[in-house]
Amino acid sequence: MAVAAKDLTKDYKFGFNDGDEFVFRSERGLSPEVVADISRRKSEPAWMLEFRLKALEHFRQRPMPSWGADLSGIDFDEIYYYVRPAEEQGRTWDEVPEGIKRTFDRLGIPEAERKFLAGVSAQYESEVVYHSIREDLEKQGVLFCDCDTGLREHPEIFRKYFGTVIPPNDNKFAALNSAVWSGGSFVYVPKGVRVEIPLQAYFRINTESMGQFERTLIIAEEGSFVHYIEGCTAPTYSKDSLHSAVVEIIAMPNSHVRYTTIQNWSNNVYNLVTKRAIAKEHAVVEWIDGNLGSKVTMKYPSIYLMGEGAHGEVLSVAFAGDGQHQDAGAKVIHVAPNTTSTIVSKSVSKGSGRTSYRGHLKVYPKAHGVKSSVRCDALLLDEQARSDTYPYMDVEAQDVQIGHEATVSKVGDEQLFYLQSRGISEQEATAMIVNGFIEPFVKELPMEYALELNRLISLQMEGSVG
Amino acid sequence: MSEATAAGATLEIRDLEVAVDGKRILAGVSLAVPQGEVHALMGPNGAGKTSLGYAVMGHPKYQVTAGEILWKDQSLLGKLPEDRARMGLFLSLQYPTAIPGVTTVNFLRAALKGQGKSLPAREFLKLVRDQMSALKMDQAFMSRYINDNFSGGEKKRMEIVQLAVLRPEMAILDETDSGLDVDALRTVAEGVNRVRSQGMGVLIITHYQRILDYIKPDRVHVMAAGRVIASGGSELVNQIEKDGYDPMLRQAGLEVNDASAA
Repeated sequence: MAVAAKDLTKDYKFGFNDGDEFVFRSERGLSPEVVADISRRKSEPAWMLEFRLKALEHFRQRPMPSWGADLSGIDFDEIYYYVRPAEEQGRTWDEVPEGIKRTFDRLGIPEAERKFLAGVSAQYESEVVYHSIREDLEKQGVLFCDCDTGLREHPEIFRKYFGTVIPPNDNKFAALNSAVWSGGSFVYVPKGVRVEIPLQAYFRINTESMGQFERTLIIAEEGSFVHYIEGCTAPTYSKDSLHSAVVEIIAMPNSHVRYTTIQNWSNNVYNLVTKRAIAKEHAVVEWIDGNLGSKVTMKYPSIYLMGEGAHGEVLSVAFAGDGQHQDAGAKVIHVAPNTTSTIVSKSVSKGSGRTSYRGHLKVYPKAHGVKSSVRCDALLLDEQARSDTYPYMDVEAQDVQIGHEATVSKVGDEQLFYLQSRGISEQEATAMIVNGFIEPFVKELPMEYALELNRLISLQMEGSVG
Repeated sequence: MSEATAAGATLEIRDLEVAVDGKRILAGVSLAVPQGEVHALMGPNGAGKTSLGYAVMGHPKYQVTAGEILWKDQSLLGKLPEDRARMGLFLSLQYPTAIPGVTTVNFLRAALKGQGKSLPAREFLKLVRDQMSALKMDQAFMSRYINDNFSGGEKKRMEIVQLAVLRPEMAILDETDSGLDVDALRTVAEGVNRVRSQGMGVLIITHYQRILDYIKPDRVHVMAAGRVIASGGSELVNQIEKDGYDPMLRQAGLEVNDASAA
């Protein structure tokens, strides 16, 4: 199971291991039999099996991407592609290791969320807390469930959109996900409905929790609004060392979708995610994407601005500590005229950590009146840390306004001294400077996530200075 | 003023030698500032005045190679800047540093907390608001990032807001007067005097007489070539104002163009 060097996990302050509790685990490695077995165990319709098998073919044919981070440590034959969680057995809160409970305490994570994150199955009290929220959503006609349930219970809508934004042959890892996907969220917001509270993954109770190859599909009908929040800054527990998710968003005319992720994988994980949205006329799509932890992350949330007047925003933050490589960025494709976009990327690297910003901005020939601004700022915490920027621009239209700005700065001795001379410890001062640097990102988060992220950054700083 | 010193501590600098990147900047400075007194530190550019402030506050670039800095009967050598601040020392910088993303109010809260002087939220906000009005700063500065895109004068006033909020026992003010117009200078000086009236000691580093018209010094020291070449009463200020530093430099056996420690 260990794809990355195992000793990395023991240094991971927020990781934990619950032993091997599972109901079913597929054979190591990937074959049409393994894929068929996954589909059969989920009692899926024939079209999905076919979809999975075709995707497997694509996966096998595609070479490993060599243009980005170093992926040579991944051994596909060593991976279990399907592990069914021991949900029926109901792991209890008492069984969650003390260490992880302490981490939750230090991060100040709400009770219900802790249980979700620890893989504890539905508890009575959380049922009560979220029952009314779920009832309100049902009244509005909003569908919110895990993706497997979406396929089972809402087959028409599901099939109409699934795999349309990111087809299985899009890239090697999207193909892999398409072959073996499990879990993730399915969200459908009917025409004109505004979902006022952010939909958080942990509202989904009694469902399969976050998987290794999760799949999320969000459809916002005309004039609707939804904010979906996935994950959080808490340790995302994963026994597996390859996480390859696919997220598809369809934003119909005049709709507004915001998708917020903060991920903090344990540092043995290769996190290779494909996220893409299409925005129709005057729709707004925002990706708010925070990446901490992992060994290697490759993630470039993208937005296809298909309808006139559509707007896309990608706001991302990446933190690379020792031995980590965060290769993240954004892609915005202006297909229609008068579309606008904003990309803001903030990255922090420490020690042997490395961050890369990889961006792609494309403007099609007929997309006149496009406005776009790209800004990427990197902060290096010491001499050793590294940051690179790879902004690709491909502009085929006239009459466009495009701005690009990139900065690299170091946590300066003068800033540290200034804070310290006012009585603030060096460690706290460093955390303040880093939190200040990512403040434009943090202020877009709901309060509890913002506080949590700030605390997490402070924890990351512990022992890193002095 | 000096009657307040009876029970106060003294900042005592003895034969202090300081190097930056191996280069000697201070060549044996001796100076004592008791709490409750105002001392002025004057001298030509490059004399080592700012370096002295940094060395007292513990900036890591300023390596003490010989001598001693004492405060409250303890050596400050080897202590971190935050520990020196917690012991009641304050340095107002000539060029205060911007910290983007950190609001003034969060900065001040963290500083008070760091010094073990946290206040209840309401009291804290009132204190900050009052001190900002006293320094004629708009309340909007509270939620602005500290010193970020502040004008030179705004930065200097913000330093004095910090002084008033943190209430140190000994403050070194490094060219707090530079870049201020007459009105701003008066506002800043009044701010310093309000805090001083509670028994704080002050070492004012300046080139000009004008701030000393508002904050009367008990003693005046003149530095050149990394050491103190003259000490006396406020008459020294007038002398400098009239004749410049040249006569003093000559008297100290320094060439006129040799005033810098370098």
